[in-house]
Amino acid sequence: MTASTGEVGAANGYDYNFAYLDEQTKRAIRRIILKALAIPGYQVPFGSREMPLPYGWGTGGIQITASILMKSDVLKVIDQGADDTTNAVSIRNFFARVASIATTEKTAHASIIQTRHRIPEAPLAAGQIMVIQVPIPEPMRRLEPREIETRKMHALKEYGLMHVTLYEDIAHWGHIATTYAYPVLVNGRYVMAPSPIPKWDNPKLHQSEATFIFCAGREKRIYAVPPFTDVRSLDFEDYPFRLQSFTQSCALCGSGQSYLDEVILDDEGKRLYVCSDTDFCAQRVAGGHVGSDPDALAAAKDGAP
Amino acid sequence: MTMMRVKDLSKSFTLHEQGGVVLPVLDNINLDVMAGECVVLLGPSGSGKSTLLRSMYANYKPQTGRIEVRHEGAWVDILSAAPRMVLNVRKRTLGYVSQFLRVIPRVPSLEVVAEPLRNIGIEAAAARARAAAMLERLRIPQRLWSLAPATFSGGEQQRVNIARGFISQSPIMLLDEPTSSLDAQNRAAVITLIDEAKARGTAIVGIFHDEDVRRRVGTRQFDVALARPT
Amino acid sequence: MIDLEPPLLQVEGLSKLYGRNVACKNVTFKLWAGEVLCIVGESGSGKTTLLNCISAIQPQSSGRVLYQTRHAGTADVTAMSDAQKRLLMRTDWGIVHQNPRDGLRMGVSAGANVGERLMAVGARHYGHIRAEATGWLNRVEIDIDRIDDLPGTFSGGMQQRLQIARNLVTKPRLVFMDEPTGGLDVSVQARLLDLLRALVQDLQLAAIIVTHDLAVARLLAHRLLVMRRGEIVESGLTDQVLDDPQHPYTQLLVSSILQT
Repeated sequence: MTASTGEVGAANGYDYNFAYLDEQTKRAIRRIILKALAIPGYQVPFGSREMPLPYGWGTGGIQITASILMKSDVLKVIDQGADDTTNAVSIRNFFARVASIATTEKTAHASIIQTRHRIPEAPLAAGQIMVIQVPIPEPMRRLEPREIETRKMHALKEYGLMHVTLYEDIAHWGHIATTYAYPVLVNGRYVMAPSPIPKWDNPKLHQSEATFIFCAGREKRIYAVPPFTDVRSLDFEDYPFRLQSFTQSCALCGSGQSYLDEVILDDEGKRLYVCSDTDFCAQRVAGGHVGSDPDALAAAKDGAP
Repeated sequence: MTMMRVKDLSKSFTLHEQGGVVLPVLDNINLDVMAGECVVLLGPSGSGKSTLLRSMYANYKPQTGRIEVRHEGAWVDILSAAPRMVLNVRKRTLGYVSQFLRVIPRVPSLEVVAEPLRNIGIEAAAARARAAAMLERLRIPQRLWSLAPATFSGGEQQRVNIARGFISQSPIMLLDEPTSSLDAQNRAAVITLIDEAKARGTAIVGIFHDEDVRRRVGTRQFDVALARPT
Repeated sequence: MIDLEPPLLQVEGLSKLYGRNVACKNVTFKLWAGEVLCIVGESGSGKTTLLNCISAIQPQSSGRVLYQTRHAGTADVTAMSDAQKRLLMRTDWGIVHQNPRDGLRMGVSAGANVGERLMAVGARHYGHIRAEATGWLNRVEIDIDRIDDLPGTFSGGMQQRLQIARNLVTKPRLVFMDEPTGGLDVSVQARLLDLLRALVQDLQLAAIIVTHDLAVARLLAHRLLVMRRGEIVESGLTDQVLDDPQHPYTQLLVSSILQT
């Protein structure tokens, strides 16, 4: 299970416990995770530790991953859907060093997926754990800055204010303009901030076979959605929740059913649209799907000054 | 039928601001008022006519005595009744026309006159129609109906006051110098209103400083200073 | 029969002490539906403390406040749980603060301010919520073109009227007001008082209004309680207390009013 102190670290030239955190801290965090799973959507305060990266860079996510990681786990880390951004690479390498566990870019092969701001396109399987990095865990924070007040509102199920935000959107824009960090009602009881994932990803939380654990390191909160939990996006009867639709398809794999990123190619405004989920895109390309401009990205990299 | 019974009423004023000096005004007043009559209160200035009238409206608080009003079939002593009961009596049974209109900013004269009808549940359009008719009788020109009475002349204000006082046809009416600021023509209009009220069986108690009016409308007199009818 | 109707609110022996300082002492009165009661007194009389204790914002030192709830009989408000009190505040009761900013959400539009209570009790149809909000803005004479504007762009008088609309949207039966016209210009005050008079009449609201302004009391209240140093020194029908004051302090107050 867990390696003895210093064993793994020493092998790699570091004097750390398996997965960096000491066993007592892991135990404390696991207790909090259990509580969070027992009360879906409820924000549980915890003693957030100092991690070797600044607040705002995923300290919460790393603490969860460190606390639940086992030698047999396979870890995938994505940032905005991509495995190859700086942060995703850094975090993946960090765990490879302090835990010597296997890592992967393939969603289907991962047992733990740590993510910032996206949920993978491919449906998750039973036994998979999503660890989600959260900046502001309190969904009502913008409208109600007092922590005492928001805690009471959650305790007393007073969620009128959440609908006020949606009302304001409709009043100003004619529709609910919130497109990310879209508030959801979990298990019919707690309103939760699903982190700044696009609303495109909200349906993936509903009745999933996987487990979702959310953690805000700076704000010191953990919350969770266990498998097969109802997660419903808030809306009005006459303005129901709607997914955005894309007029473009992915230039690399041709998918019109995935969340797309817009990539600017040069300083003359040339742009193309590609899947945000790099693994999803790669799987499709490997499976023979072709987009409108499959070599565009490679060409852009070559042509970069 | 007796509509109001004043029993052993005494009132004095204690002026705490002036060292607690006590002014006795009413001493052991007893008076029954019958339906259809108009009792004229007599007495020199300061004898307590207005004090008696206001006490009968529960606006002043006598030290001793009872003022029983026949209200919806039962006798209610308005001096010992709960405030909400007194308000109910005023709404439905006991009307009062003061000497001067108490002006409320912004409320148009038509609404001022219609208000007592609204208070007893008559809906807005009907109430306003009756208020309009009343204002016409008292010769308030239509162009003034949508204006607040604050800028009206004294006579106009008083006529609005009278209209408001008479509109709900209370079974008992208390009138405090209703015609003092009116010219002959308007006085005549008010006298007609009082006559109609008497004919309806209204019990009226009034203070009229004009002798002519007293003679026209009064059915009997009561001398407040002497505490007895004359 | 008017006498048999139970009171909406019964305050029994309410006292509030701060150490040895008596803020209010042994206050007892009843209030029926549709009655407006003014608590008048000067600064330091304890009237605001009394209001806060009655409306369960502050805990009292002794006494109780019995309220005739809509569906659950008579309840002692001071013994209610936080959850019950908050629900009462949002539905059956209204609180109009002297400073409208204390009673509004300054960060959301006027329409959202009025609609919030409806959303808080489960309204989920945007069109209906907006229609209700529009109706209420009309009622309090706020131009409906301002429905999407932030309250910070409103004048003081408009903010106060917005606060009133926000409170009345759930058709409360009892409204507490603390100096509702304080700080407003005279003409604005007149307009607001006119509105309050009409609303109280039309909606048959019971209200407890704290004020130092006897003119406000004369205009709005059926009954008065005169407070001095924490105690009620005189009470009764408004016109009777103001026209024939009995207690020395009441006489002092009445004689101190400036006449124009």
